[in-house]
Amino acid sequence: MSILAQQSAATGELRSRLNLLTLAAGAVAALVAPFVIYPVFLMNVLCFALFASAFNLLIGFVGLLSFGHAAFFGAAAYVTAHAAKVWGLPTELAILTGALAAAALGLIVGFLAIRRQGIYFSMITLALAQMFYFICLEVPFTHGEDGIQGVPRGTFLGFVNLDNNLAFYFVVLAIVAAGHFAIWRIVHSPFGNILKAIRDNEPRAISLGYNSDSYKLRAFVLSAGLAGLAGGTNAIVFQLATLTGVQWQSSGEVILMTLLGGIGTLAGPPIGAAITIGLQTYLAAVDFPVTVLIGLIFVVCVLLFRRGVAGEILAYMRKRG
Amino acid sequence: MANVIETQALTKQFKGFVAVSNVDLKIAEGSIHGLIGPNGAGKTTCFNLLTKFLEPSGGRIFHRGEDITGLKPAAIARRGVVRSFQISAVFPHLTVRDNLRAALQRQNGLAHQFWLSDGSLAVLDERARELIADVNLSEFQDTPAGELAYGRKRALEIATTLALDPEVLLLDEPMAGIGREELPRIIDLVRQVAKGRTVVMVEHNLSVVANLCDRVTVLQRGEILAEGSYAEVSADERVRTAYMGSEHAH
Repeated sequence: MSILAQQSAATGELRSRLNLLTLAAGAVAALVAPFVIYPVFLMNVLCFALFASAFNLLIGFVGLLSFGHAAFFGAAAYVTAHAAKVWGLPTELAILTGALAAAALGLIVGFLAIRRQGIYFSMITLALAQMFYFICLEVPFTHGEDGIQGVPRGTFLGFVNLDNNLAFYFVVLAIVAAGHFAIWRIVHSPFGNILKAIRDNEPRAISLGYNSDSYKLRAFVLSAGLAGLAGGTNAIVFQLATLTGVQWQSSGEVILMTLLGGIGTLAGPPIGAAITIGLQTYLAAVDFPVTVLIGLIFVVCVLLFRRGVAGEILAYMRKRG
Repeated sequence: MANVIETQALTKQFKGFVAVSNVDLKIAEGSIHGLIGPNGAGKTTCFNLLTKFLEPSGGRIFHRGEDITGLKPAAIARRGVVRSFQISAVFPHLTVRDNLRAALQRQNGLAHQFWLSDGSLAVLDERARELIADVNLSEFQDTPAGELAYGRKRALEIATTLALDPEVLLLDEPMAGIGREELPRIIDLVRQVAKGRTVVMVEHNLSVVANLCDRVTVLQRGEILAEGSYAEVSADERVRTAYMGSEHAH
């Protein structure tokens, strides 16, 4: 075996070892955390971790930079809140309805945006998300700037009382873990192999007979649905759905989280979400503009650690062999 | 011999500039057909038109007598008309094996399943291994394609193209960037893959064209200047003047 082939095999082994290590560490931390840290904060981090991972499915594994992903997160929040409060659906069905609504919206946005590439694709997603923001501002069921408040948490599967923060935390953990499993499965599936091929060299994938637009659209819908799962869960956690969820700033935040954590790595987006939400929450009380600090961290990260936290760790371990 | 690919008055204009003008190509079944001409002659544009990576401004394209002018590039590839690219086209972050798997997945109905493990692709590995061995890349199966040397990337590209078992193979400058010592290997490879297939190749290296091609079409400024065997076109005074130079005439 040549040196190059040996190195590649070693890198593959290293990557799977790192994945296992990250998974084990994450599982232990997730089980212990609610006994040390405020569970509502943790639930927020988990929801944004799933949101960022759903976004990363597109940017990291298909090469599509959506600048309007907040539309799916926010749309699912509205639909979930409405379904739970007005229609009286059980919590799990309300969240599922929200995720499906986000996937349906993803189908419309994706269908229109997928025909363009690069910055044009990003700008179309941003424009459509802004249109959706103004729709949310105007339609009566969202209650404009007040949002949908007082959404009942209810029970999960009819027996887990979600008013108990600790119990709700473990439900959210299960939902987010299921979402991440879905992303991991998509990435490591026959479909995922074609997505990565399209990301790497779209003309070549087309020349092999693949209708790349159809694959990109399906990935877009899956990503939107998973972002919706995060948004719907978040609405139940905070018993609230507001315009904040559909604002373009939320789309920017999820890009930031993914970049900080590491694009194209499965562990990166949750790490980025934890850093961003942690800074936002714990610096909120400090007399210092949090957005400036986050902006600074972003600049430093882009200049010095372009691969993000998880990407840099992986690169460091690869270097050490 | 029947024509497998035929064009009628194929034309492409870019904002007034005519890159390909009224080209009537006839590619005979089972032949190796060379498309040559000086830079800017319209060879690669012709390739892009034949595979619909570019939309023609006029004219028609036929595959086995059937008009395929309205088809999309992926649909043309699914008909068995498969191209390679001027700049080596591999999937750099996928391993050599995964590059082959990606090429084999579609015909085996294993491309849409996002709920299955990628372990399900192991059924393709036997064929993938054969193709990898055919181009002497067996020891690089687990190497990301982006880390291969240029010549090996070229070989991988040919292997992924062959994975589709194409009826017509369009090779865009297969020898570009290949070192002198690697040339005989790639020439052998092209000759080997041409067995039982039709090959159309754009190539600048005239000794390669002379060595491989049964028939040659010379393009100049988007138009056909001459057609025939290499000996015939190289003896053509217009071709010698326009392209080859007298030293290639004999």
